[in-house]
Amino acid sequence: MEEQDKSPEEVGNEIVEEFSIFEEWLDKYEYLIELGKSLPVIDEKDKVDNNLISGCQSRVWLSCDCHDGRLYFKADSDAIITKGIISLLIRVYNGQTPEAILHSDLSFIDKIGLKDNLSPTRANGLVSMIKQIKIYAVACEVKEQKNNG
Amino acid sequence: MDFWIKYKVCFAIFARYCKQYNLEMETIDQIRADFPALQRKVYGKQLIYFDNAATSQKPLSVLTMQEMMSGEVNANIHRAVHKLSAEATDFYEKGREAVRSFINAPSRENIIFTSGATASLNLVASSFVYKHLGKGDKVLISEAEHHSNIVSWQLACERVGASLAVLPVDDRGEISLDKLEQMLNKNVKIVAITHISNVLGVINPIKEVVTIAHAKGIPVVVDGAQGVVHCAVDVQDLDCDCYAFSGHKIYAPTGTGILYGKKNFLEDLPPYMGGGDMVDTVTFEKTTYAELPLKFEAGTPNFAAAACYAPALEYAAQLRLNTEVQENERKQVAYLKRELDMIDGVRIYGMPEDLNKKIPLFSITVEGVHPTDLAQLLDTMGIAVRSGLMCAEPLIRKYSDNGMLRASLAPYNTMEEAEKFITGVKKGISILK
Repeated sequence: MEEQDKSPEEVGNEIVEEFSIFEEWLDKYEYLIELGKSLPVIDEKDKVDNNLISGCQSRVWLSCDCHDGRLYFKADSDAIITKGIISLLIRVYNGQTPEAILHSDLSFIDKIGLKDNLSPTRANGLVSMIKQIKIYAVACEVKEQKNNG
Repeated sequence: MDFWIKYKVCFAIFARYCKQYNLEMETIDQIRADFPALQRKVYGKQLIYFDNAATSQKPLSVLTMQEMMSGEVNANIHRAVHKLSAEATDFYEKGREAVRSFINAPSRENIIFTSGATASLNLVASSFVYKHLGKGDKVLISEAEHHSNIVSWQLACERVGASLAVLPVDDRGEISLDKLEQMLNKNVKIVAITHISNVLGVINPIKEVVTIAHAKGIPVVVDGAQGVVHCAVDVQDLDCDCYAFSGHKIYAPTGTGILYGKKNFLEDLPPYMGGGDMVDTVTFEKTTYAELPLKFEAGTPNFAAAACYAPALEYAAQLRLNTEVQENERKQVAYLKRELDMIDGVRIYGMPEDLNKKIPLFSITVEGVHPTDLAQLLDTMGIAVRSGLMCAEPLIRKYSDNGMLRASLAPYNTMEEAEKFITGVKKGISILK
């Protein structure tokens, strides 16, 4: 696991650039699906109800490790497009500090049109995923403060 | 009458005569021209609308009527003496007459306007429970019901300690009449069953169900949300006690529903909601209620939309007489069954031996593919389908944890669209697998 030296916004901009290559929506989705397929598989032991995110049309599990003041995520879903979206979020957030996550600007999601294009329940799922990531960030921040204090 | 209204009515009558002559012979391409939504493009692709079981698109005649009702004939019905109110009331009651005639109900008293099939079923369930359900009683439903025909009865049952008895469907999506007969014991106080499941698309033998239940003195409520769209419903022939459906699935505007009920059945039920128009006299001690059908129509109804039943059902009736449309529907059913069956990993739910019992509605799962992913990819190709649990969770969960994908066709859908759908499904699967 590596610390991330780029800010979430910088990674977000990279993603926007990658998606701008595709003109057709179907091609954007194909790319998203490829990303989903390459998402590292989560440990079966982490696929528990505690890690399930509500508000998604498909099931999404998200687990998080926090050490040395950085957050590392693992996730899975039974829907491949959802996995693709998670993989984007993980790319943006993995190895970031809680502070960077809590103050991150996620306009890249709007810029590649994901929020518009996903069915409403999925868009809610996206919101739930981000919310869960931020909750993990808060927990990590508290843990760090305890360790330091 | 104002000049413009006269003009519009004359035009509507003229257009109707032209239509009556033509619609029976119109080609599907000509029919499509009546629906603005079908002209749309999505993501730069021509829209293929295969989500008709959720709601139908609306023809111009309905849209014109809706605009006229909201614009020029807007006055509250049944109440005032003024001209505008009289006209609005007249159009509202013409809507009722159109429904009566469409399902061959004996009189206008049998036709209650509601906001949809869900409201109709809740009305029956809520009112029936007061008089006829008690502790230990059963309401018999089928396994393939929509949530509106499950939860409405569950809510009613919970109030009095009654419960549901569930008639299974087999793997072909069919019910067994023998099993029904066995299950109808003395505890069963009512049968609430769908004419056609919104997941399986299989026509249930409602007439036989009614005969069997009536032989034991048990009334039958039919959820006709899909049935009225695809079958020529004659409520007197079916002999069911109630038949509920939505207007918006059969070309009428959103927020329209119908509860047909036999007169003695409806008279026996207490009112569902209290308010204006449903009363005879009101004192603080005691209120007496209006006669049918107004007894169940408290408050200002959606009269602008209800008036649109006239053009909507006229349109539906004429499409039924159009032989090209009818032949096309049978061809689509055979084509979709054959093609979907040939795709590796695809399973169709609801496939009766007799294809005449199947409407052009196909719910499928694909091994190794999440139905929502496939629906999402089809969307980018301009093809609108439904995915998920389709408001029939108990049935869907029996077969699939992830839900299903459903394509439901209407008379305005062409064979070419069906072919593009199949190509789209194959392409989607190849990307996802």
